[in-house]
Amino acid sequence: MSELVRLEKVTARYGREPVLVNVDLTLSEGDFIGVVGPSGSGKTTLLRAIAGAVGPIAGRIVRDRSAAVAYVPQVETVNWYFPVTVREAVLMSRVDGRIVPWSSKQDLRDADAVLGRLGIGDLGDRHIRELSGGQQQRVFVARAMLRRPRLLLLDEPTSGVDVRTRHDVMHLIHELHHDGLAVVLTTHDLNGIAAHLPRLVCLNREVIATGRPQDVITPEVLERTYGAPLEVLSHGGMPVVIERYFEEEEGATVVPLREGHHRHPA
Amino acid sequence: MATLAGALCGLVGVYVVLRGMSYIGHGLSHAIFGGAAVSLAFAVSFYFAGLWGLASAVLILLIARRRSIGADAAIGVITSSGFAIGIVIVNVIGSPRNIEALLFGNVLGVGAGDVAVVAGVTLLAAAAIFLRYRQLLFATFDPEVAEVSGVSTLRMDLLLAILLSAVITVCMNVLGVTLIAAMLVIPPVIGRLLTDSFHRMLWISIATGTVSGFAGVYLSYYLDWASGPAVVLTAATLFVAAYVVSAVRRRRLPQAAALDAHVG
Repeated sequence: MSELVRLEKVTARYGREPVLVNVDLTLSEGDFIGVVGPSGSGKTTLLRAIAGAVGPIAGRIVRDRSAAVAYVPQVETVNWYFPVTVREAVLMSRVDGRIVPWSSKQDLRDADAVLGRLGIGDLGDRHIRELSGGQQQRVFVARAMLRRPRLLLLDEPTSGVDVRTRHDVMHLIHELHHDGLAVVLTTHDLNGIAAHLPRLVCLNREVIATGRPQDVITPEVLERTYGAPLEVLSHGGMPVVIERYFEEEEGATVVPLREGHHRHPA
Repeated sequence: MATLAGALCGLVGVYVVLRGMSYIGHGLSHAIFGGAAVSLAFAVSFYFAGLWGLASAVLILLIARRRSIGADAAIGVITSSGFAIGIVIVNVIGSPRNIEALLFGNVLGVGAGDVAVVAGVTLLAAAAIFLRYRQLLFATFDPEVAEVSGVSTLRMDLLLAILLSAVITVCMNVLGVTLIAAMLVIPPVIGRLLTDSFHRMLWISIATGTVSGFAGVYLSYYLDWASGPAVVLTAATLFVAAYVVSAVRRRRLPQAAALDAHVG
């Protein structure tokens, strides 16, 4: 599989702080990679470095110039009150090569084709706020697809949506990957998303581990990534991360497991 | 003249309002007033004030790019300083006579040369926005992804700073320092109330700016009001009408109402 982007010992910063340190990562055609790590671990900066919006302060990024890279932002960062219709939002991708403000017939056809393919073909004239969570995510995937990318980057595509919408969105991303798109996404959802992906990168400023979920979702790697002890069980060969917030004691009601708050049943 | 000024403010104001920088019109006009006072005091060209304003606008946008300081605070710091410098210099040198025209606008004191300058700036702004429509829209809606998609948001910010300071400088004679901000904000807000589409908002904003400028100057002439307040009051009346229309529309659309309840 041909290489699309290669990061070599990349150090990059967000503001003044270096948030990525010495990152080595190769993305090739056919890849489907999940990036996991705590908040502030540099996940978004990694995506932006891959996309070319953040330059490294050390190391280098080698890219296949013929391969377009497209980026889907977190829906939480979108200004939903901005006056754009679905079609206007999608057509923003076609920023270059055309001087006049209105879109060409070809651009309009392409936009409608992408919207149709993502199952929101009849929503082109609606305002972006009038859609459901899953549809809103699709608008920004459609905008990215209009760039005809070979590599699609998604920043937490399933944050803030319900289980069913998460399922729809992941199904869509799987389809796009199946059609030949390399995909990199970030997620906080270890069990719902990360465990199902072919390859994971565990990030906390530097790459802690990279590999298949069953190889990297381990108590040791998670402790180094998140700085907190986490239990991992195996369920049919798939790792399941157990998060315990409450300690159950025999004959007792559930009590919070916080220092200084241990109550023992009388 | 006022018609052109209205159209110009309507055009550029859309980007100002959508960037959440409505206050910049107010701030920059004060900074430019500082510059204008200085130019009058030293008897240099009035358009020196434009350069003064441009410097302020660029500083504001550069400071606003740093997330730790919001655009509103950046505007507050830069423009009040500009205003203050102007006032101090005027105090030291002595007060020029046409200060009142600058404060409240006096369209009847405008010469043919001024009209040509406003027309020139209007053409320039229209051309710049025509040629950079997509990039400006993308950078305004979603700067992060625009940057990833090859749009230089820094260039777009600078372009907007140049347009804005030029617009305020040339419109100051007509509208006055205190009221120019209203013309940068009211027409775009009317557009926003009436549509959910960006290009329609742009057209409605230009149209309401034009109508306000035209009708306002007639009012000013027949009722002997200062031109600035007459233009702004016309725009404000249109705003009330647009507000009523959008409220009635919302009532009629159960879908929108339900959505508001859901979001709200």
